[in-house]
Amino acid sequence: MIVSQTEFRGALLDGARERPIGLVDEKGRAAGRRFDVYRNNVAVSLTEALSQGFPTIAKLIGEENFNAVAGIFLRQSPPASPLMMHYGAGFPEFLEGFAPLQHLGYLADVARLELALRRSYHAADATPIAPDALGEIDPMQLGNVVMTFAPAVELLHSPWPLHAIWAYNMQGGPKPQAVAQDVLITRAEFDPMPYALPAGGLAAMTALTAGNPLGEAAAIGANSAPDFDLGALLALLLQGNAITSISITP
Amino acid sequence: MLDDTPRFAKLPNRPGVGYKPQHYSDLISDAGDVGWLEIHAENYMGSGGRPLAQLRHLAERFPISVHGVGLSIGGEGALDPEHLARLQHLVDWLNPTVFSEHLAWSTHDGAFLNDLLPLPYTQATLTRVADHIDQLQNAIGRQMMLENPSSYLAFEESTWSEPDFLREVANRTGCGLLLDVNNVFVSATNLHYDPKDYISDYPLDKVGEIHLGGHDEDEDDHGRPLLIDSHGKAVVDPVWALLDHTLALSGPRPVLIEWDNDVPDWPELHAEASRASTALAKVPA
Repeated sequence: MIVSQTEFRGALLDGARERPIGLVDEKGRAAGRRFDVYRNNVAVSLTEALSQGFPTIAKLIGEENFNAVAGIFLRQSPPASPLMMHYGAGFPEFLEGFAPLQHLGYLADVARLELALRRSYHAADATPIAPDALGEIDPMQLGNVVMTFAPAVELLHSPWPLHAIWAYNMQGGPKPQAVAQDVLITRAEFDPMPYALPAGGLAAMTALTAGNPLGEAAAIGANSAPDFDLGALLALLLQGNAITSISITP
Repeated sequence: MLDDTPRFAKLPNRPGVGYKPQHYSDLISDAGDVGWLEIHAENYMGSGGRPLAQLRHLAERFPISVHGVGLSIGGEGALDPEHLARLQHLVDWLNPTVFSEHLAWSTHDGAFLNDLLPLPYTQATLTRVADHIDQLQNAIGRQMMLENPSSYLAFEESTWSEPDFLREVANRTGCGLLLDVNNVFVSATNLHYDPKDYISDYPLDKVGEIHLGGHDEDEDDHGRPLLIDSHGKAVVDPVWALLDHTLALSGPRPVLIEWDNDVPDWPELHAEASRASTALAKVPA
């Protein structure tokens, strides 16, 4: 019997399917449990990859639940490439649609945060501007400053206390309060760090990343939140080595 | 690109270890008996950050072997052109001392299964594997080494023995071979043959690197031992004995300790490398 890779793969990911005929031991007897070694290797290695990639989710729902959820996800969404560092890109949407976890509405955003942390970790290196570079700009021109950002910078919008949920579980931070938190991720050197954006910060950052000058971005931030604090946002960006160039628009 | 020509022309006939980031500072401060490092290609395909920065530093001090675990050389489908390009990019940038991959498949119909899956040794497989190796060697512009798998089962349809199959692949493509002695021990136990016969049949003159690793023990449906290649513990005594047997026939070779799961602290890993160093010291050059 010839065993095709389509048949092998099908039986590998579906424990209810018969093991392929034509796989044998040295006496020609059906492979039986020998085939299950591959089934187990695939399930265990992909579950481990997900658990390493989504440690906050694993902590939030517990290891046993996580392994069960991962077992379902990996069978319907096996990796599309050998780059395990990116595996699980579809996990947030999967969690959103997964009925038994509907009561934990924040899980998908936490998974998005963990994906963004991984992207940031592997993003290209970039040289930040000098810490005093903004201070050297003529104050009259500050509103015309346009910025570019490091590839490791990530922005996330969430209706949940996203940063606090992450910090509570991963850093021993205080118990999350019921407030919406948008998140900025920067990577000062090699370790990405998430920060809660100040009110209006996401709107201002979205404007800046789209190439709008600082003055316009500040107005957009203030429009979005009356107490928007441009100084606090700039401090976060500078401390995280997030800004890679500044120039003045004519 | 770091260098025009590899900084280290060949792997030394010394122990190497599979590189784990938790051993970075130990390796930089005192590598002891460890003379070279192996990395898994797919872990260094990000755009930047700590993995590439560490690798850049290590490549200045150690010969590096790049070991691919995801190309699916035995896959029925075409090689993934994007992955070939990523391998080419990594090899161009790092200019490693050697490159190796596996006689196995891992990708089918767009799904990467993250395991080294077995192949029937037939004429059709031979043609396909040789074509894929040609493609890879052309892409990276250098010779690769192909590694023997660990087997838990056999294919009824196979018409070649594994050593004969590997020899023929090497003859057709000009690739070198990587001999994993633990895999030989695991396969020989699981399929009930003498591992020394396998070593005798293996084209040792084509072997540019030897692997050693730990395995787990289970049982098949008939209560007989079923060994599983886990890379999660120390190398067992019978595998060290098989290494001695192999080195006596092959002469000295670069010997790698693979420990990928439940990774130990540096002293424990280094002790394995020292044991390989002792084994190599017994072999006339």
